[in-house]
Amino acid sequence: MFKTKRFWVSNFGFRASNLQGFKIMGLWYSVSAILLLTFLVVIGIEGMGLVSFFTIFIPYAALFLFVVGFLYRVLKWATSPVPFHIPTVSGQQRSLSWIKADNIDSPYTTGGVVKRLALDILLFRPLLKNEKVEMQAPQRLLFKPSVLLWFGAMAFHWSFLVILLRHLRFFLEPVPSTIVILQRVDSIFQGLIPVIYITDIIILVALGYLFVRRIIYPQVRYISLSSDYFVLLLILGIVLSGVLMRLIYKVDLVQVKEWAMAMLRLRPVAPKEVNLLFYIHLFFISLLVAYFPLSKLMHMPGIFLSPTRNLTNTSRNQRHINPWDYPVKTHTYEEYEEEFRDSMKEVGLPIEKG
Amino acid sequence: MADEPSKEKSLEIDYTIPKKSWMEPSTEFRKGTYCYPAASRHEKYLELPHPREWQPTDEDWKLPEDWREVILRGMEDRLNRYRSYRLFLDICVRCGACADKCHFFIGSGDPKNMPVLRAELLRSIYRKYFTLSGKVFGKLAGARELTEEVVKEWFSYFYQCTECRRCSVFCPYGIDTCEITMMARELLNLVGLNINWILEPAANCYRTGNHLGIPPHAFKSTVDFAVDELQEITGVKVEVPINRKGAEILFISPSADYFASPHWYTFLGYLLLFHEIGLDYTWSTYASEGGNFGLFHSAELAKRLNAKIYSEAKRLGVKWILGGECGHMWRVIHQYMDTFNGPADFLEEPVSPITGTRFDHARSTKMVHICEFTADLMMNNKLRLDPSRNRKWKVTYHDSCNTARGMGLFEEPRYILRNVCQEFYEMPENTIKEKTFCCGSGSGLGADENMETRLRGGFPRANAVRYVHEKFGVNLLTCICAIDRATLPPLLEYWVPGVEVAGVHELVGNALVLRGEKERTTNLRGEPLDSTISPSPSSGERAG
Amino acid sequence: MVLKDLLSKNEAAILKRWFDLILETYPADTASLMKKDKDPFTNPVGSTISREIEILFGKLCEGIQDEKCQSSLDSILKIRSVQDFPPSKAVGFIFLLKRAIGEMLRDEIAKAPAIEEWLKFQSRIDDLALQAFDVYMDCREKICDIRVKQARIEKEMAFRMMERMTPSKEKR
Repeated sequence: MFKTKRFWVSNFGFRASNLQGFKIMGLWYSVSAILLLTFLVVIGIEGMGLVSFFTIFIPYAALFLFVVGFLYRVLKWATSPVPFHIPTVSGQQRSLSWIKADNIDSPYTTGGVVKRLALDILLFRPLLKNEKVEMQAPQRLLFKPSVLLWFGAMAFHWSFLVILLRHLRFFLEPVPSTIVILQRVDSIFQGLIPVIYITDIIILVALGYLFVRRIIYPQVRYISLSSDYFVLLLILGIVLSGVLMRLIYKVDLVQVKEWAMAMLRLRPVAPKEVNLLFYIHLFFISLLVAYFPLSKLMHMPGIFLSPTRNLTNTSRNQRHINPWDYPVKTHTYEEYEEEFRDSMKEVGLPIEKG
Repeated sequence: MADEPSKEKSLEIDYTIPKKSWMEPSTEFRKGTYCYPAASRHEKYLELPHPREWQPTDEDWKLPEDWREVILRGMEDRLNRYRSYRLFLDICVRCGACADKCHFFIGSGDPKNMPVLRAELLRSIYRKYFTLSGKVFGKLAGARELTEEVVKEWFSYFYQCTECRRCSVFCPYGIDTCEITMMARELLNLVGLNINWILEPAANCYRTGNHLGIPPHAFKSTVDFAVDELQEITGVKVEVPINRKGAEILFISPSADYFASPHWYTFLGYLLLFHEIGLDYTWSTYASEGGNFGLFHSAELAKRLNAKIYSEAKRLGVKWILGGECGHMWRVIHQYMDTFNGPADFLEEPVSPITGTRFDHARSTKMVHICEFTADLMMNNKLRLDPSRNRKWKVTYHDSCNTARGMGLFEEPRYILRNVCQEFYEMPENTIKEKTFCCGSGSGLGADENMETRLRGGFPRANAVRYVHEKFGVNLLTCICAIDRATLPPLLEYWVPGVEVAGVHELVGNALVLRGEKERTTNLRGEPLDSTISPSPSSGERAG
Repeated sequence: MVLKDLLSKNEAAILKRWFDLILETYPADTASLMKKDKDPFTNPVGSTISREIEILFGKLCEGIQDEKCQSSLDSILKIRSVQDFPPSKAVGFIFLLKRAIGEMLRDEIAKAPAIEEWLKFQSRIDDLALQAFDVYMDCREKICDIRVKQARIEKEMAFRMMERMTPSKEKR
């Protein structure tokens, strides 16, 4: 017993003392915050009957905050100047005609930049750059934490996107055929009723991984903030409430769609007689949406503006202008020659003045 | 655990470093790990704020009274001027992909050397004073107060970053810790916290034209000395024009090339090459430095030092500029110079006078890297080469961070090396090209007093060298960076004795067959061509 | 021979424990990384330590203290002498082996008639630690040498040029 415990302890780099440490405190803060928020909905809906408040006012307010905050942040970045041309070059530059240049990792055309950004944004390529290793059995590669991170990130982001698109069916009438097809494909492997979507499973697993790695890898735990846990838990809450509504505590989808369409038409009507889970789901989404512009989730628009990635490596071919450039004090040749004229003359170096 | 003998128990406590949250600032300045602060006379010469004498080990750093306001104002100012700064402070998700990419983290094991955490040291202050979430949620959102302790921590960790940009390659958003470090150093500089190994060269360069402070007449004598040495080795007397008006090309190299070892032999290589092809060129004493230690201090100082290059090109009336082997010099030339001090409309688009090749990629800056220039000569068969004169060397090549991740200059030097030496081996794939490991002493950290920090920071690089040394018998590490040439020899002497360091053009100089030369019996180092290498002969012995 | 059998039977477990104990001398955050990443280029510290302690352990079991020991100690101590360890901690990793073995085999050693052997083995560890101390000092001296030499190299060109100016002196 003693030994197995020690083994486990050392294996995960855990120390008993860490559990009381600040970082885990951060985790508890986040957990309590989530519980508190859930409690808030329950009280609000069940106890006080604030249905309209939670289904109309809060979503509108959240959306408003999102749009304003998102635009504010993005505009703030976009209007900040890029004084210097600083791409992180990762491939052969374009120089001599007979040397093959790498137009993706050292882009010299706009097309190259688009490709580079696309690979980074759609496939998270930098995370995959991690170490091709020659001295290792290939089967170990998949289990390297770095590749696992790529895998988890891909799984999470892509299933999130698919789920988001699936939800468009609540907001569009008639439902576009692409959405219907997407929905079919997502549930293709099973004839279960109720339908279990593949992306639901993937996103739960991926979220679980992203969450667990923040706790068990000490170096990630060391850098994690409360807000990092909070966002993951919030999304987890959204996904769980959604999945539960689909599988166990069914929600009247007709009601939900009516509510959604009414919201869109700006003639909001509160839904009647829907499951409490729906209110939690909606409230968490509202929170996420409102919190988005305040948080690191802004990496989504941010990556498009990253000056180390969205510039061509052509800084010697085309002049980059610094909009706030100002003249600086320099040491001129005249001042230099003034100081050293005699010794320059002595050794026969050419000079400007006598 | 209670039944363990007490002695062992005490060992455990003893051996375990107490773990605190990084949010509580802590720094220890142990001798051998930090750089000395700048002597105030250099700060005064460059007219920088708050010059004073102080030591990191002092309790009181004598910060100016309004230091907090100065730093916060400086932050705000830079947030508005640099998108990179604001964006990189905002969008990090702390995924940890960069954590194990930093040579200082790998070598030291200090978690605050993880790039994400290095940035977080600054980011936490940004959150506290400039973001809504930080103001509202405080510590929960990773925000903390700006205290003197924080400033001390900055000084420690932002002078443990070599601005090598390796982490940026692996970051999903391209967050570049180099940018963060540059900003942090600018903020430190605002309250008079500088290191001497950066400011002394910068002040020298401002006054005498080069980092080493070599006045024009001394420059002339080193050149004369080189001409003599070359005549002894090759029997050919080369011409070395200095400050000559009307030359076609201005040549600029890092000053270490003509005053340090083993850079010197690269310098000899340049001179032989230019003589052999009959290049119409000139050196300059006023712009006798390509390197730019201003870059490690602030954008403004970088611009002030860089201005000499174009202004001298204009004064001498050259057509274009050729640049020698240097790392950060090329970061500045490739990514900053045209923006700093351009447009260089008084120059012409660079065309090789020997091959007629138009260097279109340098159309605007009008400055060409010597490796591009020489590779073009070789491709067009303009040089007679005898690689057997480098037969004693088994060669590998270290990409310097700046020419790699700042430029993408990968194949040119390799092409040259394959032409001038007989055996060339690459280091492991994940330690070269864009994934190259820093020498551990870049960005102004190559001082003597912080040798331990340098040695551990350079360990990942040295470790890869050791691999090719043991596997292929590699005994020469070539590079195209003056800082590398200065800092890799002690690094290898410690980790991989038996491997020497040389510039690429030293090997070119060895292999180059000159018209009218005598039979060469030694290489440019004065060593017999055939000698099997003795384990790490010191340069002092070589000189004798 | 009882102890030797016990040690060789449990070699993998002992080495793992020793390795873990050594890594605990680093901050926990760092240790886990050094543990996981087996790549000799991206994790040179962890991979060097795990490679070299295996050799040291083998030599200790055989009771040999030779060149190979020296070079293994050298590889590890070169690293530890430039990291932020005071001398006692840089060298003390050797003693962690005692603890690793104690934790794993205490009962077996006490039961079996292996106490004599265990005492002998412990004194071998002590000898190795003394050797490690010499190696550590060599590394530190090397660092000093390098610093001094750096200072000299900086002046080297000046010296060479001065030589040149004195015509009587033979150059090269």
